[in-house]
Amino acid sequence: MVSSGKADAVIALNRFGMGPRPGSIVAIASDPRGALLADLDRHTVSLAAAAALPDAAKAFRIVNEANARRQAKTVAARKAREEAQKQQAAAAAMAPMAASSGSAEADADAKAAAEAIPDPGRQFYLDEARVRTEAALTAEIGFAERLVWFWSNHFCISADKIQSMSGAYEREAIRPYALGRFTDLLLAVESHPAMLFYLDNTVSMGAGSIAGLNRSLGLNENLAREILELHTLGVRSGYGQYDVIAFANILTGWTLRAPAADPERGGEFIFNPRLHEPGAQTVMGKSYADEGVEQGRAVLRDLAAHPATASHVADKLARHFIADQPPQELVDELARVFRDTAGDLKETAKAMVTSAAAWTLPPSKLRRPSEWGVAMVRAAGITDVDGLRFTQGQRLLGEPLWRPSSPKGYADDEPSWIDGLGGRIDVANVFAERISGQVDPQFIIETVLQSRVSAEVMQAVAQAESRQQALVLLFMSSDFQRR
Amino acid sequence: MGHIHLPSRRDVLRGSGALFAWTQMPRLARAEGRDPRLLVIVLRGALDGLGAVAPVGDPDWVSLRGDRALLLDGKPAALPLDGFFALNPAMPNLHRLYGAGQAAIVHATCTPYRDRSHFDGQDVLESGMVRPGATDTGWLNRALVEMDSDGRVNTNGSRALGIGAVTPLVVRGRAPVLSWSPQRLLPASDDTQMRLLDLYRHTDAKLAAAMESRIKLAAIGGTAGGSTAMTDTPEAALLGVARLRAFFAETAGAAARFLAREDGPRVGALGFVGWDTHINEGAGSGQLANLLGALDGALAAIETGMGPAWRETVVTVVTEFGRTAHINGTNGTDHGTGTVALLAGGAVKGGRVIADWPGLKLAQLHEQRDLRPTTDLRAVLKGLLKDHLRVDGTALDSRIFPGSADVAAMSGLLT
Repeated sequence: MVSSGKADAVIALNRFGMGPRPGSIVAIASDPRGALLADLDRHTVSLAAAAALPDAAKAFRIVNEANARRQAKTVAARKAREEAQKQQAAAAAMAPMAASSGSAEADADAKAAAEAIPDPGRQFYLDEARVRTEAALTAEIGFAERLVWFWSNHFCISADKIQSMSGAYEREAIRPYALGRFTDLLLAVESHPAMLFYLDNTVSMGAGSIAGLNRSLGLNENLAREILELHTLGVRSGYGQYDVIAFANILTGWTLRAPAADPERGGEFIFNPRLHEPGAQTVMGKSYADEGVEQGRAVLRDLAAHPATASHVADKLARHFIADQPPQELVDELARVFRDTAGDLKETAKAMVTSAAAWTLPPSKLRRPSEWGVAMVRAAGITDVDGLRFTQGQRLLGEPLWRPSSPKGYADDEPSWIDGLGGRIDVANVFAERISGQVDPQFIIETVLQSRVSAEVMQAVAQAESRQQALVLLFMSSDFQRR
Repeated sequence: MGHIHLPSRRDVLRGSGALFAWTQMPRLARAEGRDPRLLVIVLRGALDGLGAVAPVGDPDWVSLRGDRALLLDGKPAALPLDGFFALNPAMPNLHRLYGAGQAAIVHATCTPYRDRSHFDGQDVLESGMVRPGATDTGWLNRALVEMDSDGRVNTNGSRALGIGAVTPLVVRGRAPVLSWSPQRLLPASDDTQMRLLDLYRHTDAKLAAAMESRIKLAAIGGTAGGSTAMTDTPEAALLGVARLRAFFAETAGAAARFLAREDGPRVGALGFVGWDTHINEGAGSGQLANLLGALDGALAAIETGMGPAWRETVVTVVTEFGRTAHINGTNGTDHGTGTVALLAGGAVKGGRVIADWPGLKLAQLHEQRDLRPTTDLRAVLKGLLKDHLRVDGTALDSRIFPGSADVAAMSGLLT
């Protein structure tokens, strides 16, 4: 049974984990299922390496402050240049045509002044990326990390809109709840300032609220709609436009403290009653009395418990971990566990591990670029990364970290990624070039992968013209790209 | 094998394809009033010496390679060298240097390695040992150790210097070597892509289909073996060739500018991959010609980058072994033995092909398949180290190329 233990260990590490590292297949071969379940029980919530990084609100304040200083410098530089030009033009009685180049010079000065103050948000992003990636590289199996990634993508925000908080959001709203209850995860996510900012709830106000009446402004439906469509029930699951509006009204007032107004707690979540639409609202046929922030929490709790949410989540989990078209019985079973355990995410994850499908279906899933990149580095036995280089690699492959193009997050199916093969070749080629002096492809095959790759791959690697090429062929092989 | 060094974080920041340069100055040569530069370029994958420098005067040449034989009246026409040999038309710069007496070619040469594994062959080429796996230092580094130093070079010349490197074996060892790497990324070679496609065709139909469409879209070098060209548009093929040429020229040119500096290093090494032309190698055009053209551009970039230092420069281009004399069943060549080494630079006594020509008849071929090596590559390398850098002869025989006492350093390679 040794070889079948190793075969299952490979499945465990590829399908559920971050990919084999030196020694990891042998380490879990005696009980791969047990090792996966233990990985969930062992999972520690916080990332020790992130201790020095600012929380979301603080990061937001720092970036806000830098932006304000940058703007001030820009304005001052432009003024100074324009003043100088005026005097110069008066002295030399220059032709009016000088004005246009003068304005360009003022622009350039303003730009230079702005760039003199670096954007701290960029550095936060890179530091967060490094910490997150190192957690994936050093995890023994990485099942819990994969679940963090999964939920982070399910409840995605985009650093293109809110870079300062992008990493802290995952640490604060996703990571502590990824193996807890879905309700708690949902409440944490939807009340996180990053999400409220990302889906425009910070500018939403009830038409009948104090602020709405005073400023003739009103509702923004974005957050409410995406919660229903993407985060909980799923699209076309029975809610209508009326429900979206009612829910959006309920969520008015969910915002963040203005960073400039509050140097201590700016950027933190706050329920602002002055923005909140007064009165009861009916969502999905149920009336919710106006209890301030509790009105929204009640809706979120009901959405978390809705059967459509169970089905939606079960389907997404199965499509991510098992197959693009997972067996319906598996999806039904996961939904049942989710419902029966009141949305216990650890139990739901365990149900995948104990399903027969997980161990019998062929490895058909094409790894997403982020997974593939981490699997490659793990196989090479490398555990620390250059955050910049890693994020650049992910960007090249079309999956820039925390920057999906829509609230839907990154797609999880093969057609979305297979055309990116060319980019993978380039990235594999560069990575292989870098490590070819130290990492023996034969060692990866025999020791890291325990020779559990196809004969064709072994042959291609053996016949390669260089170590670099051998590594490219290995990392690009179907065996390595599919899980 | 099975031996592994895990790269440190700093290691993975750096790449090869970079210049690896000695941080010292050679004292003896400088005491003579010379300031010699030596740049070693390793072509990984095994260069087809017959496809690069063709023995057009050999009566068996045309029957050997058939319509893949470079010819003086071929299309395109091979560039005449000495009446017997002719150069691949993709290398006009090397041809010009040859005409100016600044380039020489050593033909039918090989290291002492006689099996046909790339890894082992490169190990022998770079270690300078008789057998693979014998040491973890390279002959160039050991040569540097043997040379008296005339002071350190200025390592502040490049910001990248001083960062740990993934170093090719030839320069690994005790002598301090630093690295510089180009900004541009080397695209995956045509050959790598074709191998991958072949692997997918045997293992994964969907990946094979995706790979085929990628190759059609952006073929590097458009495997212009003619009948099986993979590109639909020549523009797409040209884009790939242009990337390859740009990478070679930028890397080599920057390396040269670095070596040319008054206070810069004097000895360096570069590696270029992609020479394993098993499929659709081509001849005067095609995959090999694209690579040779890129190499030719690299030589030109080195000449330009060296400036006045070019006249004290030797560039030597070496590869782990040659390829089969015959064309194989996929319009390419398989791993062989004898091949060429190229020497270029103002310090080279050029304008000649140095060869003890073994002939191409079946019985004259090594194991009836490869060009028979008649010149030990170590003789050439020893000659360069001895006469150009003034490395001691005893050290060459015993420590730099151990067990090579019976392989005399080739004399007269330099002006």
